[in-house]
Amino acid sequence: MRALDGVTLAIGRGEFFTLLGPSGCGKTTLLRCIAGFETPDSGRILLDGRDITQDPPHRRRVNTVFQSYALFPPSDRRPDIAFGLEMLGRPRAEVQERVARMLALVQLEALADRRPEALSGGQQQRVALARALAPQPAVLLLDEPLSALDRKLRREMQSELKRLQTETGITFVFVTHDQEEALAMSDRVGVMAEGRLLQVGTPRDIYDRPATRFVADFIGETNFLPAMAGDGLVRLRSGEVVAASPLAGPVTVAIRPEQIRLVPAEEEGVLAATLEGATYLGTDSLLRLRLRDGSSVIARLPSVPGTDAAPPPGSLVGLRPVPGAVQVLAE
Amino acid sequence: MRRRSRARAGWLLSAPALLVLLVGAVGPLLVVLLYSFLTRGDYGGVRLPFSLEGWFRVFLRRDIFDGTVSLNTDHLSIFWRSIWLSLTTTLVTFVLGLPTAWFIATRPERSRPLWLFLITIPFWTNLLIRTFAILEVIRNEGLINTVLMRLGLISAPIQILFTDWATLIGMTYVYLPFMVLPLYAAIDRFDRRLLEAGYDLYADRWRVLRRVILPLIRPGIVAGCILVFIPALGAYVTPRVLGGGTNMMIGNFIELQFGQGRNWPLGSALAVTLLIAVMGALLLYLRATTPKGGHDG
Repeated sequence: MRALDGVTLAIGRGEFFTLLGPSGCGKTTLLRCIAGFETPDSGRILLDGRDITQDPPHRRRVNTVFQSYALFPPSDRRPDIAFGLEMLGRPRAEVQERVARMLALVQLEALADRRPEALSGGQQQRVALARALAPQPAVLLLDEPLSALDRKLRREMQSELKRLQTETGITFVFVTHDQEEALAMSDRVGVMAEGRLLQVGTPRDIYDRPATRFVADFIGETNFLPAMAGDGLVRLRSGEVVAASPLAGPVTVAIRPEQIRLVPAEEEGVLAATLEGATYLGTDSLLRLRLRDGSSVIARLPSVPGTDAAPPPGSLVGLRPVPGAVQVLAE
Repeated sequence: MRRRSRARAGWLLSAPALLVLLVGAVGPLLVVLLYSFLTRGDYGGVRLPFSLEGWFRVFLRRDIFDGTVSLNTDHLSIFWRSIWLSLTTTLVTFVLGLPTAWFIATRPERSRPLWLFLITIPFWTNLLIRTFAILEVIRNEGLINTVLMRLGLISAPIQILFTDWATLIGMTYVYLPFMVLPLYAAIDRFDRRLLEAGYDLYADRWRVLRRVILPLIRPGIVAGCILVFIPALGAYVTPRVLGGGTNMMIGNFIELQFGQGRNWPLGSALAVTLLIAVMGALLLYLRATTPKGGHDG
C-alpha cells in the first residue's frame, strides 16, 4: 500500500486548510512531504510557484508545529523562539524584537525564560506556535497540535489558532483526526483515507454534501439507508420515494439525524416509522426508529422545556427530512 | 520509633561495605598522605622526622652546589605530558566515540545489545595483553609498517613505538569504550524528533549538531570525558609498554619513586598531587552537570 496515492491539492495563500482523516490515512505523511522530512517517490510540491520537492527542510520557508511540540530544552539559555531567526542570520536586535512580538502574540509575555518541563501543556503549545511563527514562514504546518490538550483547553486553542491565522495572514495547513476541530477552524477541509484525498471543500460542503459514504460517515453522524435509483427517482426498499436523482441502480441514501423532523404518520409524503426507544441527552433527544423496510434510523430532536420530544415507544410516526437533507451516494 | 530502628538496620546492613571502604580506601590514602610528610629511608621506605622535602621536590629543585631553588622542569614536563596526552586522548576518543555512539543508538532496538557487546569485548581481555597487541601493530616490524612498506608507500618504517604517539594510540584504544558508553546512554535518551524541529527551523546538519544535539547530550559528553580523562591521567601500563622508558607519565613517575628512586615521600606527594588534580576535574564535572539555579528553582 502507498502512504500517499494520487494526491492533487492546491492550497490558497492565507488559507486555513485542514487535512482530516483517521490515523494512518496519510495526512501526516502529506504534511511531512510539504515540510521536507519525506520525499515523494513521484510528483511535485510547489511553493509560490517554485518547485521545492528536492529542497531540504531547512531551505523551505515552511515551519512545523509538532504533535509532541519538540521544544528544545534551553540548555544554552536561549529561548526556542529565537532559534529559527538566528539560523536565518537575522540581526540580534531584530531577533529580540520579534521574539517579544511573538510572545505577545501567543500571550506568553510573562513566561519567556521558563524551561519546557516547567510549562503547562497549553503553554508549551503556545511556545511551539511562537517558535514556528517567528521566522514568518510562507506556510505553517500543524501536526495534530491540540491532541495532547484536555477538552476545554483544546476549545480555547482552536479559537486562538484561528485568531493567530487571521492576524498573521500565514497559510495554515492543519492535520487532525477530530472532525469537530476541522469544521470549527478551517476555510477548507480535505478528507483523506488510505492515502487518497476523498473530498476537498468548505466545512459546510463537506458536511452537507459528502462525496462518498466514507466522508459522510467520518464527519458527523449519518443514517445510511439502502435504496434503488431509477427513472429519475430514488426509492427505499419499501418503495417510498425519498429523493430525485439522475443515477440508476443501487444507491445509498444518507440523512443526518438532526435533519429529520417528526410529523404525524398520516401526513402526505412522509416515511413511516415505528419508534423503538428514546434517550434524553439534555440539549436534544436521540430517537431510535425502524422504517417499514426494516432499516433503522436515528433522529435527533431538540429539547423543548416541559414536554417530551418523543412519543411513547411503539408509536407509529412519520419522518420528514428537512429540504436538502437527503444525500444520494453512488455505491 | 520504627523509623529509628529502620535507620539502625540501614547502618548495620551497610556496615560491611563501609568497613571495606575505610580499610581499603580511606586508610591507605591516609597512609600515603602521612608518608608524603616523612623523610625518605636509605633503602626505600620512610622514617622520622617529619619533613616537607617530598612536597618541595614535586615542583621544585635545589641546586646541589649553590643551593638555589628553581622549578623542576623535568617533573613539570612529566606533568605536562600527562595532562596533554590525557586531554588529547579525551578529545580523540570523543571525536571517534560520538559517531560510534550515534550509530549504535540509531540501530534497531533488537541489534543494539550486540553492538554494545562488541564495544565492551576489550574489557574481557587483560589490559597488558591488549597493550602488547597494540605494540605488535605499531612496532617497526609490525602490522602497519609492514603493510605500508609492502604497498610501497614508505621506504623505511615509521617510528611510532616509544613515542608519545604510541602512548596516545594505546590510550585512545583502551579508553574509547569509556567514552562511547556514556555518549550512547545520552544519545539514546535524546529525543530525535528535536532533529526535525532543528531542520525545520532552518538549521543545516552542522548547526543541528552544534545547537541541538551537543547541548542536549552534554551530560553524556561530560561523563565520557571524565571517565576517559581521569584514568588516562593516572595511566601506568600503556605509557610503560608503548611509551618506553623515557616518555613517562605521572603514573610511571610515581612508580619510579617507590621502586628504583627509593623516594617514598616524593612518590607519596606526587600521588596526592595526582589525586588533587583528579578531584579538581571531578569538581568541574559536578559544576558542569548540576543544573544552574533556573527561574523555576
